[in-house]
Amino acid sequence: MVVAESKPIEEILAMVADFDKILLTGCKGCVTVCNAGGQKEVGILASALKIARKKEGREIEIEEITLERQCDPEYIDQLEEPIAKNNYDAVLSMACSVGPQYIAKRYEDTLVYPCLNTTFIGGALEHGVWAEFCQACGSCGIHNFGALCPIARCAKSLLNGPCGGSAGGKCEISPETDCVWHLIYERMSRLGQLDKMANVVMFKDWTTSRDGGPRKIVREDLKQ
Amino acid sequence: MRLNYPSNIKIINVPCTGRVDILHLLKAVEDGADGVYVAGCLEGDCHYISGNLKAKKRVAYAKKVLEAIGLEPERVEMYNLSAAQGARFAEIAREFTERIHQLGPSPVGSGAKAA
Repeated sequence: MVVAESKPIEEILAMVADFDKILLTGCKGCVTVCNAGGQKEVGILASALKIARKKEGREIEIEEITLERQCDPEYIDQLEEPIAKNNYDAVLSMACSVGPQYIAKRYEDTLVYPCLNTTFIGGALEHGVWAEFCQACGSCGIHNFGALCPIARCAKSLLNGPCGGSAGGKCEISPETDCVWHLIYERMSRLGQLDKMANVVMFKDWTTSRDGGPRKIVREDLKQ
Repeated sequence: MRLNYPSNIKIINVPCTGRVDILHLLKAVEDGADGVYVAGCLEGDCHYISGNLKAKKRVAYAKKVLEAIGLEPERVEMYNLSAAQGARFAEIAREFTERIHQLGPSPVGSGAKAA
């Protein structure tokens, strides 16, 4: 999933400093799963903003809505009625950064602000802890590395590791960060594939990644 | 026991403090409570194993939120006591009320008092 975290409340308060009526939108997709922008987090942020503004003696009206997803146009349409009926000063999105961009595209005259910092593609290590597992390079080759991704999980994205900074299974950047190349070695050893590690992996074609510019997938079988 | 505790304390019953959400604490403050505290069972004695420990973390989160928006985090607190400690219950009620009196009324506004 896309993993995100809330921006500091101070930053969000500064965004809405000039506004008296806003729409706060959550998303029931990835950011609900990573507890950053679902219905619950929308409620908590709305309450925090209201408390802060009441304290200043200038109350703010906040309406809350959580969409099925903010990364599909048909769900963004659900905002049409509330935006048309209410004269919101701005719309705040608690989705990953796709959400506010979709809202901005759909409602051209509406001010839109992001409430989250979209951080990485990852998974939960335990409840409340998430880590990066994929960098969306667009050309997956993890089968060459014991099904572990050195692009996302090695600080240097080495294709032929480990480097000299690996010690005791940890990376030199932090004693809390696993050296993925240590994990790759251990796993390939367990699988009896250590001989494959002797192969030199040639440089990667990065045109499928961001180096080729913004990416798009077109599925002719699905297009209407 | 017929113990007295300050009449400004409004008690909201929950089946376990594990039911208390961050939003419950914030809504109390938003609606004008000068302070809000959670009275949970002693740590290690939760009938549901970890309800009071979850409440403790949520109280800590609510404190962080209040601090971030410039309100005293001391207005939210977690206490632990057993159901058999009536005297301690009254003592905590007095202790927290005294703390809130020292902090003064919440700048968020009037309305409900300490919950």
